[in-house]
Amino acid sequence: MSRIAAFIFRRKGRNGWHWTDIVTWIWLVGGLLIMFGPAVWLVGSSFKSPAALAEFPPTILPYVTQKATVEGYDKPLDLYDATLPDGRKAVLAEVRRIGVISQMVDPEKPGEIIKVNISQRTPVRTMAFATTNYTEPFTHFDFVRYLWNSVFVTVTATLITLVVNSMAAFALSKYEFRGRTFAMLLILATLMVPLSVIMVPLYSIVSALGLFNNLWGVILPTVATPTGVFILRQYMLTIPDELIDAARMDKASEWQIYWRIVLPLTAPALAVLAIFSVVWRWNDFLWPLIVLSRKELYTLQVGLSIYSGELNVQWHFILAMTVVTMIPVVLVFIFLQRFITTGIAGTGLK
Amino acid sequence: MKAETPRPAGSGFGEAIMVPVRLAMGLVDAPLRWVQRKLGLGGMAAFFLLPNMLIFGIFVLLPFFINFAYSMTGGTALFLDDRTFVGTDQYARLFDCSNYIDPNSCTEDTFWTAVGNTAWFVVLQVTLMILFSLITALILNRELMARSFWRAVFFFPVLLSPVVVGLIWKWILQRQGLLNFALYGFGFEPYTWLNDRNWAFAAAVGVSIWAHMGFYTLILLAGLQAIPKDLYEAAEMDGTRPARAFWRITLPLLMPNLLVVIVLVLIRAVQIFDEVYVLTGGGPGTSTLYLTQYIYETGFATQLRNPGLAAAASILMGMVLVVLTLIQLGLGRSSEKKGSRK
Amino acid sequence: MGHIKLTNVIKSFGAIDVLHGINLEINDGEFVVFVGPSGCGKSTLLRTIAGLEKPTGGDLAIDGKVVNDVPAADRGLAMVFQSYALYPHMSVRQNLAFGLENTRMPQAEIAERIAEAARMLEIEPYLDRRPGQLSGGQRQRVAIGRAIVRRPVAFLLDEPLSNLDAELRGSTRAELAALHARLSATMIYVTHDQVEAMTLADRIVVLRAGRIEQVGTPLELYNRPANRFVAGFIGSPHMNFLEGAVEAVHPQKAVATLVGGNRLEFPVAGATIETGSRITLGVRPQHICLGPGENSIPAKIRLVEALGSETVLHADVAGQKILVVAPGQHDLSPGLDISLSLSTAPIHLFNEKGLRL
Repeated sequence: MSRIAAFIFRRKGRNGWHWTDIVTWIWLVGGLLIMFGPAVWLVGSSFKSPAALAEFPPTILPYVTQKATVEGYDKPLDLYDATLPDGRKAVLAEVRRIGVISQMVDPEKPGEIIKVNISQRTPVRTMAFATTNYTEPFTHFDFVRYLWNSVFVTVTATLITLVVNSMAAFALSKYEFRGRTFAMLLILATLMVPLSVIMVPLYSIVSALGLFNNLWGVILPTVATPTGVFILRQYMLTIPDELIDAARMDKASEWQIYWRIVLPLTAPALAVLAIFSVVWRWNDFLWPLIVLSRKELYTLQVGLSIYSGELNVQWHFILAMTVVTMIPVVLVFIFLQRFITTGIAGTGLK
Repeated sequence: MKAETPRPAGSGFGEAIMVPVRLAMGLVDAPLRWVQRKLGLGGMAAFFLLPNMLIFGIFVLLPFFINFAYSMTGGTALFLDDRTFVGTDQYARLFDCSNYIDPNSCTEDTFWTAVGNTAWFVVLQVTLMILFSLITALILNRELMARSFWRAVFFFPVLLSPVVVGLIWKWILQRQGLLNFALYGFGFEPYTWLNDRNWAFAAAVGVSIWAHMGFYTLILLAGLQAIPKDLYEAAEMDGTRPARAFWRITLPLLMPNLLVVIVLVLIRAVQIFDEVYVLTGGGPGTSTLYLTQYIYETGFATQLRNPGLAAAASILMGMVLVVLTLIQLGLGRSSEKKGSRK
Repeated sequence: MGHIKLTNVIKSFGAIDVLHGINLEINDGEFVVFVGPSGCGKSTLLRTIAGLEKPTGGDLAIDGKVVNDVPAADRGLAMVFQSYALYPHMSVRQNLAFGLENTRMPQAEIAERIAEAARMLEIEPYLDRRPGQLSGGQRQRVAIGRAIVRRPVAFLLDEPLSNLDAELRGSTRAELAALHARLSATMIYVTHDQVEAMTLADRIVVLRAGRIEQVGTPLELYNRPANRFVAGFIGSPHMNFLEGAVEAVHPQKAVATLVGGNRLEFPVAGATIETGSRITLGVRPQHICLGPGENSIPAKIRLVEALGSETVLHADVAGQKILVVAPGQHDLSPGLDISLSLSTAPIHLFNEKGLRL
């Protein structure tokens, strides 16, 4: 055990603490808190009732004040641990609060009103998860629709991206033809034309094509990613040309070569691109915001932002839906992060 | 990039999906053989390239060129044919200022406010982002236990959608939010951060760094790990102090990598929009209104939308981006050349 | 100057023990070679002396002073790495100057030392080039130059020739020997190649599995190996080992019955042998003569390798394999039965534990 500890705490300064070790530990622990903390805080807050959300100072976990039905009163009353004027401690229910004095009754003996200063009482709390925060938006708002729209856009766009990008990568990696350099330069050029620059004319083109207010209008402009083409092309370059020559000798058509030989061999790169594409499309915001104006078509991201921009923000629903929006990406992160990190390191900065 | 893991074994479900797909692909094969006979190999290359290029052409290149046309038209109509030609009026309007430093002296004060905000944002965010990413990369480069866990920790926010990022931090910066809660413990009174012009700006910078730092850390980390360890041992034998080893060995050998990252961060910073829009909506007032939001609102969102003006502004922004992207590509090429020499 | 003493040095990495109690004394000006199979700990030992690894136990002393806790930079040693570890972004001149600049030496003196080392190693034409523009051999000389300019108390060289091609290795070996003669500095050299060890060393330290098997001059190790491992490691092709049991013991000689039935007589100068005990007889291939004679054993040839100046025979002696290196050319072919005479051969005796008798 001590050997393990020695390994974990292996330090630059051999026996003592070097200052770089202290900085390292502070940075790492700080990083852990700052990077994960907000998401944890989000999840915890999403289970709180609106009342709990409004209080300050807030609690980390969702608590709810216990209530009790007391004879003679219509609605259930909040329970408190109170210190009575004579020093005794009791669990009392609050009837009403006037200024700094709380009028309370003993739930067992509801006849008598006991006055307790508010500083002498703390709420009886239990952890309660307000799961209605999650269910309500789906039943009363359009979030099921939004979820469906996001899923549709993400899956369809990813499939199309994989096919279209791989076909282009295949052409650029395995064929010699006159326009090849020009085509590559062209694709490179599109890196210089981000959405923020062309959003106005793109909008009119998409409208002219009849794709305005249409999920396909969200999907189509996004599928020909230069990054995707480059990643796949890099990988396809490592497939020996002899395989393709042999297939041609075997009278395979070019389409068969693409479909039955090159594509299966490119599977790892396709997996990386698929992951990237899923994350990109799921997270897309500006373009869906521009193209969609009918509520039923909103993706999760757009719907969420519209709801959170309203005057009367219903935070308990927003937080819950934010968590839902976050889930697929977190799943990708947990199960597939190694793909992503090696994919980025491998492609470097293309 | 090498193959990382083997293909997953075909599950029953996967196999089931493949049957109709194979069928469809088989059906496609026959007509495509005919196409191949007509086009030849070179033609087939064009065939494969076509869908991608078509999409690029229609949805990227075409708008790029039309943008110039738009910037020379006026009115609120959507389609180019319905618009009136005004020559360089839109540009003139954008540049109509008595004093370029003071947005209020301009006809399009919002534009110049956005430009000023974006400039400040870029300077602050790029500097801080590079600093934090570099420090984190240096720390992650040490011999740590569970290094892949720590890498994942910093990379986590990169995957979150900008909307989620904006909302998380909007929630944290609420009056009853986490930040005030933490500060309350130290005796500070709660404050509505996002209602303060300067703090909202700081939040925009901080949140965008939080959301993207992990990505650049990974790239810099890869660059650091490419430096052979025995260079440091040789330096140690020579009596080199760690600070000197950093300045004379680490930094020069990391520099190509670092330069490319700086340009990447710059390019993204100029276009900042999504998470800030959700976080502050550009406010309070226009203190966190940046260029992309200006273009978006001028082109679409307001009643008095002016696509021509938006197009002109976007072209100006585009020119800056083209220069930066060319620099990035140039740097990428030269670092490839240097790296090939061992 | 340059006197290094290791007392009971132990080094472990976590649960793995790499060095077990090394005791060694290296004198000033000596050329000592650490040799042994892969994984024997020779590089670890070198790095421990350098200060790049800290010993888990024991003491390391340089010139009488215990330096266990002294950082690598302050021990006054210089190291030539296997991969040369030259700074790729600096010119040769800057590579050589880098370490000296750490000591705040005046520029004039730095330039002088660089010029001196460059002359010695004949790298003057390359001073302003970058390592990437040099060949392997040139880079290796720059790496040595970097060590020379520091005028260290001792040089540590970690397999410096292993990245060179065979021809270059031979000539560089000679240059290293000349350099040592010229500088008269202590050099500690690590290699897995016993030919380098034999030709360069004043003394050789043979290591196996983190322990010193034997320390001695090359000829000492060749003529009187302390155990079967050293006997088999030093000398190429390696020594033949014939297993047997002692049949009879006389004052000056003894007789053993080998596995397979053959009987061999051998001198027993000074060794204590018991009748009936198991024994291993070691004979070098070069010491076996062809042809009948006293004390010979029959063998069947399996393979003949004619090298022109000598002939290597792979033979079978009643089930045990034997190698013979006979000078000159011989008309022999596989399948032939021949006699091998051991009458003039020095025979090394090892008991069942492998130790020299």
